[in-house]
Amino acid sequence: MYPSAFEYYRPSSVSEVVQLLSQNPDAKLLAGGHSLVPAMKLRLSSPAALIDITRIPELSGIRDAGDRVVIGATTTYDEVMRSELVQRTLPILPEAIDVIGDLQVRNLGTIGGSLAHADPAADLPAVMLALGAELKAVGPSGERTIPADEFFVDLFTTALQPNEVLTEIAIPKPSGRTGMAYEKFANPASGYAVVGAAAVVTLGDDGRVSAARVAVTGAGPYAVRRTETEQALIGQEPTTEVIKQASQRASEGMTFNSDVFASEEYRAHLTRVFVGRAIAKAAQRARG
Amino acid sequence: MAVTKLFGASVKRREDPRLITGRGNFTDHIKLPGTLFMALKRSPHAHARIVRIDTSKARAMPGVVAVYTGQDLVDKLAPVPCAWLVPDSDLKVPTYRALAVDKVRYVGDAVAAVVAENRYIAEDAAEAIEVEYEVLPAVVDQEKATQEGAPQLYDDVPNNIAFHWKLHAGDFDSAWNQAEVKLTRRFINHRLIPSAMEPRGALAYFNPGTGDLTIWCTSQNPHVHRLLLSAVTGIPETRIRVIATDVGGGFGSKIPMYAGEMLASAISRDLGRPIKWFESRRENYVATIHGRDHIQYVDVAATRDGKITGIRVKSYANLGAYLSTASPGVPTWLFGLMLCGAYTIPVVHVDVYGVVTNTTPTDAYRGAGRPEATYLLERVMDLLARELRMDPAEIRRKNFIPKEQFPYTTATGLQYDSGDYEATLDRALELVNYQQLRREQEELRAQGRYLGIGFSTYVEVCGLAPSAAAGAMGFQGGLWESATVRVHPSGKVSVFTGSNPHGQGEETTFAQLVADELGVPIDDVEIVHGDTEMIPFGMGTYGSRSLAVGGTAVIMATRKIKDKATKIAAHLLEVAPEDVAFENGRFFVKGAPDRAKTFQEVAGAAYLAWSMPEGVTPGLEETHFHDPINNTFPFGCHICVVEVDPDTGRVSFRKYVAVDDVGNVVNPMIVDGQVHGGIAQGLAQAVYEFAAYDESGQLLTATMMDYAIPKATMLPRFDVDRTVTPTPVNPMGAKGAGETGTIASTPAVANAIIDALSPLGIDHIDIPLTPERIWRAVQERRG
Repeated sequence: MYPSAFEYYRPSSVSEVVQLLSQNPDAKLLAGGHSLVPAMKLRLSSPAALIDITRIPELSGIRDAGDRVVIGATTTYDEVMRSELVQRTLPILPEAIDVIGDLQVRNLGTIGGSLAHADPAADLPAVMLALGAELKAVGPSGERTIPADEFFVDLFTTALQPNEVLTEIAIPKPSGRTGMAYEKFANPASGYAVVGAAAVVTLGDDGRVSAARVAVTGAGPYAVRRTETEQALIGQEPTTEVIKQASQRASEGMTFNSDVFASEEYRAHLTRVFVGRAIAKAAQRARG
Repeated sequence: MAVTKLFGASVKRREDPRLITGRGNFTDHIKLPGTLFMALKRSPHAHARIVRIDTSKARAMPGVVAVYTGQDLVDKLAPVPCAWLVPDSDLKVPTYRALAVDKVRYVGDAVAAVVAENRYIAEDAAEAIEVEYEVLPAVVDQEKATQEGAPQLYDDVPNNIAFHWKLHAGDFDSAWNQAEVKLTRRFINHRLIPSAMEPRGALAYFNPGTGDLTIWCTSQNPHVHRLLLSAVTGIPETRIRVIATDVGGGFGSKIPMYAGEMLASAISRDLGRPIKWFESRRENYVATIHGRDHIQYVDVAATRDGKITGIRVKSYANLGAYLSTASPGVPTWLFGLMLCGAYTIPVVHVDVYGVVTNTTPTDAYRGAGRPEATYLLERVMDLLARELRMDPAEIRRKNFIPKEQFPYTTATGLQYDSGDYEATLDRALELVNYQQLRREQEELRAQGRYLGIGFSTYVEVCGLAPSAAAGAMGFQGGLWESATVRVHPSGKVSVFTGSNPHGQGEETTFAQLVADELGVPIDDVEIVHGDTEMIPFGMGTYGSRSLAVGGTAVIMATRKIKDKATKIAAHLLEVAPEDVAFENGRFFVKGAPDRAKTFQEVAGAAYLAWSMPEGVTPGLEETHFHDPINNTFPFGCHICVVEVDPDTGRVSFRKYVAVDDVGNVVNPMIVDGQVHGGIAQGLAQAVYEFAAYDESGQLLTATMMDYAIPKATMLPRFDVDRTVTPTPVNPMGAKGAGETGTIASTPAVANAIIDALSPLGIDHIDIPLTPERIWRAVQERRG
């Protein structure tokens, strides 16, 4: 539980961060530190340098940008959860954050840290996929926007370049009769998702599904959209039978993780069950 | 004993303000100037020959003071001792070196020790040691380890069988041949990791000037560690001081002698500097003992009306790679003797094979042998009830030892002190509202929901004793306890106990006993423990023995004080001792209560000693070594109610009722706490906690990210109640409560889950009942 030696930097601006990243190819960004520091203590990760980005004001905070809610990357879980704007417009976020870690973790852990770390069992990647979030990154050649759908690439791997920093997450506000839900099967040891399913369902005036986004985390190497399931919902009335049929398709074409707690087969099964439960809850909420 | 002011009162734990504000004296808080830090290089392989160890890079690192391999210490440190030499079992105790010499035998086996100026350097240097291994095939399953062709851990332990222990009471063959009903099963009681809040560690300082070794360490039994450290280092006991005042939990894992403490001592002597060593949590998980791990074959003979007429058990106990200090005794005596449970089982045949495997050594873990026996019996009771279509409560009632038969001698030879088993069952049935619950179960089943009710009517053995029994069982120590009560001239009292509480609250309960006996305020009573320079030789805290054995020693020493003080008071009051009464801290002349001396006045007089009665020496201090006449046998009934989600295998807890009988209770709040914690741990074995190895011997649950310690949100509310059947074994009538919850709860929870699934035709699933296991069992039945 004693990490190997490392350099420590505490920049005060994003441009300084980008510069430090370019100068220190073996550096890691430190935000809440709740994934990185335990890995360092176990010597599973031994970065040459840590760049502490928690004292950069422009990276933190939540703002209303009209049709979108914009959350700074180093905003803590707790701040997101307590935001009245988030509670009113994106209630799936407080719902999901409520089942992340414990109070201490939520006080320090950051939303950007979780997304950039891309732990296969983290909760927020699935939620961001379901919400259709856009992630802003800044690198030496300026800034770019990465849709959530393209952000999670593999196990602990994102579309971020080594010299880029995630700065903010922009989430479109839902319109019309939209319901959203996050359903999680937590590992009793770690509290991480064995399977977590996020669903955002919009109903038309006719009571049929006009839009649906469904995503799964925990089950495989990285969080993924379940488009077959979404397609099976669109244009349908979200009855128990329709949801059941749609959720049966949730495990199609997926790669599943296996560990001492849950096999691939069981994760595939849980994926179908929890996707079904999340959709049912979201549809119920959309009906109002 | 007269129940007076504090006996039975929920006095708040006096130790807590210190502990919860970070002012405890834990080993890692102790700092000595010039301390070097030790880190251990551990084997990544479960079974390998050590070809070569290259320490040159580590030695060259700035700040590294010394590096030791096993070979360097062969002449300086004797092997790690085993102190429970179970007789008549063909026991083989293979050599267990603090640092492995030729071979490593489990992942975590230490091969080298580094000492450096700080811990970071020590860890870096340990990483820099290069060890070349010739990897050998490993075996982790104890049953497979005994089979032909299995990898052999030792040349002198054929088939990896370290012992074969037998207890054959009665004629099982005849019971089996005459049985109207027969049941044959294989049960697994899986491996657990004790996970005390404080890992193990030590700060050892050998002063070359005086020749004294002082060691602060995480110990449940400091005098036992002193004795064993003396034996392995050759330093006389008189020159060793072991200090373990505040210890952050143990659950049995801080009883044994381990490599770390031995190495810190030997290296301190070698270098003449203080050596600190502390495990990381990961090391704690691989290199501190594990518990349980039995594979059990059970045959049960019974009558058609549900009476068990005989039980035969063949058990394979996984001892791990080496024999830890008490390990041979745990799966044998502590398991086999308890195989009658609360029942009138007339015939018991037990055969236990102690098997070495390429896994972390096992030893006593909360309950130690008794949970393995209780789980087996309580599962058998449910299986038999189902076979005979009897209610699980009624089949237990039918087999209970009736209360008129106490003291009762079991087929296995134990004498149960006192009991009223039906009373706990009846009370639990009432609290859980049993008849209504069964009706609700029927209604829910009709809706396709799975509610289950699980019983555990257990009895357990506490206060490990007496010493003669320990001797007969091959335990290399006595099982008495000591206490010294020192009354100071002001009348304040110091109690020096050989018990060594590490969470149990004896600083409070022992003070309650003494304050009552002497009629002094509890704040005038100080409890001192855990320092071998201060306390008389003591046996320590484990096996739910501290109150029953250590508490009795305290009471007996206090009564000697009272006797002497009475003589002094009588002398001061100028009457005969028979004419003096003592109440509420006052000695007075019977019939003339105004002629009195306070306890404090008498204490002062004892030290002034200006005028002492004939033949009475000055001072007021007494010591008592108490060797009890018997163990105590707490019992009770736990009922768990669950609902199982068949689509995911998840279990939700509806209710948990525990009715225990631990005899008279000194401090109900502390006993409630023990019961709550015990239930949490036992429940966790049923559904959350399990240690898993892969075939190559890697521990797959080596961190708390994978090993599920129960959190408060994962537990139901506990409805705790008690009946009171005092024990005649000690003056308090108290039995012990440290392990009851752990022993009782695992089968109660497992039985509830299996009861829930019984409409599917499921009658057994091995613990741990993880969601996937349950889901798979459901899938198999549903097809």
